[in-house]
Amino acid sequence: MSSLNPNKEKTVQSFFFMIALASILILLMISIFLFMEGLPILNHVSIKDFLFGEYWYPTSDPPDFGIFPLIIGSLSTTFVSAVLSIPLGVMTAIYLAEIASARFREIVKPMVELLAALPSVVIGFFGMVVLAPILQNTFDLTTGLNLFNASLMLGFMSIPTICSISEDAIYSVPSNLKEASLALGATHLETIIRVVLPAAISGISTAVILGMSRAIGETMVILMVAGGAAMVPESIFDPVRPLPASIAAEMAEAPFRGEHYAALFATGIVLFLFTFSFNLIADYISNKYRQVGDSTL
Amino acid sequence: MIDATIKMSSKNLNFYYGKFHALHDISFDIYQKQVTALIGPSGCGKSTFLRCLNRMNDLIPISRVDGNILLDNEDIYSPKIDVVLLRRRVGMVFQKPNPFPKSIFENVAYGMRVNGIKNKSVISSRVEHSLKQSALWDEVKDRLYESALGLSGGQQQRLCIARALAVDPEVLLMDEPASALDPIATQKIEELIAQLKESFTIIIVTHNMQQAARVSDVTAFFYMGKLIEINNTDMLFTRPALQQTEDYITGRFG
Repeated sequence: MSSLNPNKEKTVQSFFFMIALASILILLMISIFLFMEGLPILNHVSIKDFLFGEYWYPTSDPPDFGIFPLIIGSLSTTFVSAVLSIPLGVMTAIYLAEIASARFREIVKPMVELLAALPSVVIGFFGMVVLAPILQNTFDLTTGLNLFNASLMLGFMSIPTICSISEDAIYSVPSNLKEASLALGATHLETIIRVVLPAAISGISTAVILGMSRAIGETMVILMVAGGAAMVPESIFDPVRPLPASIAAEMAEAPFRGEHYAALFATGIVLFLFTFSFNLIADYISNKYRQVGDSTL
Repeated sequence: MIDATIKMSSKNLNFYYGKFHALHDISFDIYQKQVTALIGPSGCGKSTFLRCLNRMNDLIPISRVDGNILLDNEDIYSPKIDVVLLRRRVGMVFQKPNPFPKSIFENVAYGMRVNGIKNKSVISSRVEHSLKQSALWDEVKDRLYESALGLSGGQQQRLCIARALAVDPEVLLMDEPASALDPIATQKIEELIAQLKESFTIIIVTHNMQQAARVSDVTAFFYMGKLIEINNTDMLFTRPALQQTEDYITGRFG
């Protein structure tokens, strides 16, 4: 094919290069902006007081910029939602990949994935209007908008991610491994537990971490249902104020380039570091424990 | 034909994949502590037949079996039979080596662990015994706890044989066990088969007619889902009764 114009080839290549570069540059610039706007808070409080200070009163005089309760709010909602969503998501994935008939799987899997398309404001609205009164009446609470409600809603939001990615990992375990196990007189259940799950563990871990990363970065749901109290919770029925809720609720009122404004951007940096490290871990696991099983000659 | 005990026998076995009639009226006997080779061109049903012997085809949802297969005069397709127990008595080695992504030791111990054997000394002595039976012990004894995936293809296949032997089966099914291996590894597997028939009944599917001639006592020739001819291996290869068999073993078709 000598008719291919080398110049045309080069033009196409550089076009794609520019496009790729543009999206990366924009993201990079947003990150730089985040740090530029957030770091000045360190002129007002020390990094230790910022991260571990127990009081978040940004509008008092003098203001307190301690985001420890917000960090705990984020970590606790993420943790409780993970406790709920990991078993549900992974077990649904096992059922779909290993036990359900092919037909059932073809119908249900897209449905689970569609759940990810539910707008978070709808989920938040559901938590606020339906779940909150139920919780309030059942457990006799002052408010149904609390850590538990937020965790439930976040759990539902992460299940599609966890289930879908785990299911892919489990489904792609080579059938020759399963056959080997069955031929040795293992039952179907023993085969799933001893062969299929270990072989799919990297995909399942990635799924779990991406699901949790989704939960920790989620804003709308927790803004609506977490209760918004900036204090370290003592029970799972206490209201909390996770990092993104604080940013979303206060940014509009914070004076431009003021202390509060910088404190919110710095909160954003902390959140960014959380989600960034979650994604790094997911990436590391999926590279290090690359799915194995098919023997190579 | 051969003066020996019948270990397994197939009686008018028909097998269907959906509407496709894959095996037609297969009837023959498999003798204890003999090597029976199944030969024939690709798609002739020899692997399908092999997988009927430990009910591996049960995994295919649209498949259907008609007729009987007896193991020690008991029908393995009878509803009373526990498939899990059957597969412990009838072990299988696959075409492509398929070790678990576990250590060498755990691969061999796997069958015992799912059989509920917990005694550590029993497990480790049987792992050693099986690896010796499969002529792999000397090559792996210093690295039992390393991943089995680090072994060569030939070693992996002998590991898969050791794994199958560790549950102490009575019959060993081998589905083209050497087809993915180089000639030296193939030779080792063939030597191994000659030793293993002292203790086990072996049924081997092979594409390689020289291999069938070298390792087996009885050879069955399959074509288009039918059993065409079965005889002592010497007889079948030197004086085949049917023209079709002769054409195949002399390489005129297939």
